[in-house]
Amino acid sequence: MTIGPEALVIDHLSVRLAGRMIFEDVGFTLARGEFCGLIGANGSGKTTLLRTILGFTTPVSGEIRMGSVGAGRGPAPVGYVPQKILLDPQLPLRARDVVVLGLDGRRLGLPLPSKAREARVDEMLGAVGASDFADRRIGDLSGGQQQRILVAHALVRRPPLLLLDEPLANLDVRSAAEIVALLRRLCDSYHVAVLLSAHDMNPLLSSMDRIVYLANGHAAAGKTDEVVRTEVLSRLYGHPIEVVHIRGRVLVMAAEAADETVSVIPADPAHAAPTS
Amino acid sequence: MHFWLTMMFAPGFFTNEPVMTAIVVGGGAAVVSGVVGVFTIIRGQSFAGHALADVSSAGGSASFLLGVSPLLGFMGMAIIAAAVMGFADMRDARERDLVTGIVLGAGLGLTALFLYFDINSMSTSGAAITVMFGSMFSIPAAIIPLTLLVAVGATAAIVVAYRPLLVGSLSAELAEVQGVHSRVIGLAYVLALSLAVALSAMTIGAILSTALLIGPAAAALRLANRPGSAVILSIALGLAATWGGILLAYDSFYWTPGHGWPVSFFIVTLVLLFYVAATLVAHRGLGRARVHPAEVRSS
Repeated sequence: MTIGPEALVIDHLSVRLAGRMIFEDVGFTLARGEFCGLIGANGSGKTTLLRTILGFTTPVSGEIRMGSVGAGRGPAPVGYVPQKILLDPQLPLRARDVVVLGLDGRRLGLPLPSKAREARVDEMLGAVGASDFADRRIGDLSGGQQQRILVAHALVRRPPLLLLDEPLANLDVRSAAEIVALLRRLCDSYHVAVLLSAHDMNPLLSSMDRIVYLANGHAAAGKTDEVVRTEVLSRLYGHPIEVVHIRGRVLVMAAEAADETVSVIPADPAHAAPTS
Repeated sequence: MHFWLTMMFAPGFFTNEPVMTAIVVGGGAAVVSGVVGVFTIIRGQSFAGHALADVSSAGGSASFLLGVSPLLGFMGMAIIAAAVMGFADMRDARERDLVTGIVLGAGLGLTALFLYFDINSMSTSGAAITVMFGSMFSIPAAIIPLTLLVAVGATAAIVVAYRPLLVGSLSAELAEVQGVHSRVIGLAYVLALSLAVALSAMTIGAILSTALLIGPAAAALRLANRPGSAVILSIALGLAATWGGILLAYDSFYWTPGHGWPVSFFIVTLVLLFYVAATLVAHRGLGRARVHPAEVRSS
């Protein structure tokens, strides 16, 4: 793991939407080359935090600082993969074209042929393991394949920071593991900081350097084993929480829950604790 | 060879001034509709395009009362309607359809009023047919320069906004992350859409103009994998339908002596045939593509 200069600094950030406080006083730092999971239940403010970093939502207080792009021109030194976007099968774009648009999508006028651009796009397609389906229509690809192309689209300008909103949500277990392994590799080889939101931390456990855990309008940030602990999460949730390790998985659950009312977080039934 | 040419092009086709005017004006409308139509479909705004065309008929019918060129009437009303729909606060698709439908209804109400005055006070009895369904062989040649200007303007707007429009078709957020000003790009697109709609309302009528806007583009999108080829194919199909329709309508004067069939009918029918053919071809192509292994294993 190579730790570079800071790619993202979040300082005392508070966001209010439609009068409701989404989260308060959130702060953490991300260095280039770090892989960070943004974990929280549905509605905990993960998407809002990502949207605030992107500048789509204005915070009521606090500060966001980002590293600048080295060679590239233009704004937003950040790559972004949105939550499940529906790609119309009719869209007249090959996977390759989507990556090209990551490079020059904001330019006006028609694109001119460019050998340098082609080389850069080919390299990026190779880096995400998409060379084999680069010439197929984006809408004809599987969810995992589309995900790779959107990662390539976001990274082709070589931003120091890559944000992904629930990229594993609609993938089967194998595809999810492949995407996580891919992001880990890109993190190292492109020296990019990755901030990935997920409601379940388990697929990320072996890959992530850091965790930002959102709950109850607050965040706990740090190394995974420092944050995912009974006392830290109990303080965060404001009521007793139990962190259980079972067969290499982590379960976060309400400590005093009676049999009928076990509230397991994540709510994903696939990760519920075995009863026997 | 000569025999077949004379069979196809009835005598006088290439020397007839109304026919030549129809070819130029219809060609301009087909090119612009072909270009704009591709983006109308991938932005999911086919209904908005149709609504603009319907509303523009109010301008077309008012132009007879005001004594101005119908093209100006169609254009003026289409732009006003686009502005109303653009500035209404539309958060989701359902609300957009709602506002679009209400604007459409109000516009057609105005059309009904203006056509009533056209027919009863101005005794321009053909106005309703002309506005709604077009009458290409009665377009005055004097309108050609304005037509070409509008066509160039609309195409230029799309060419300038080409790449931002494509990123926006993936996702509005992806476009904004790159620093695309979605509102400005959206305005450029809607302006181009208004002009395209006005041009095709001028040629095949306000009600039918959707056929020229959506049909060739939809057929092209079934076949083309790349945006450039989709646009070019869409233009080609639009031109083929328009010019083919003009030719068939001209020839039809000889089928039923004394009166030809309406151009618009032939154009819209050809558009439908192209779309059906493209769909059939695409289905066969898809069957082949499915043979390829879709999944890719990686380490």
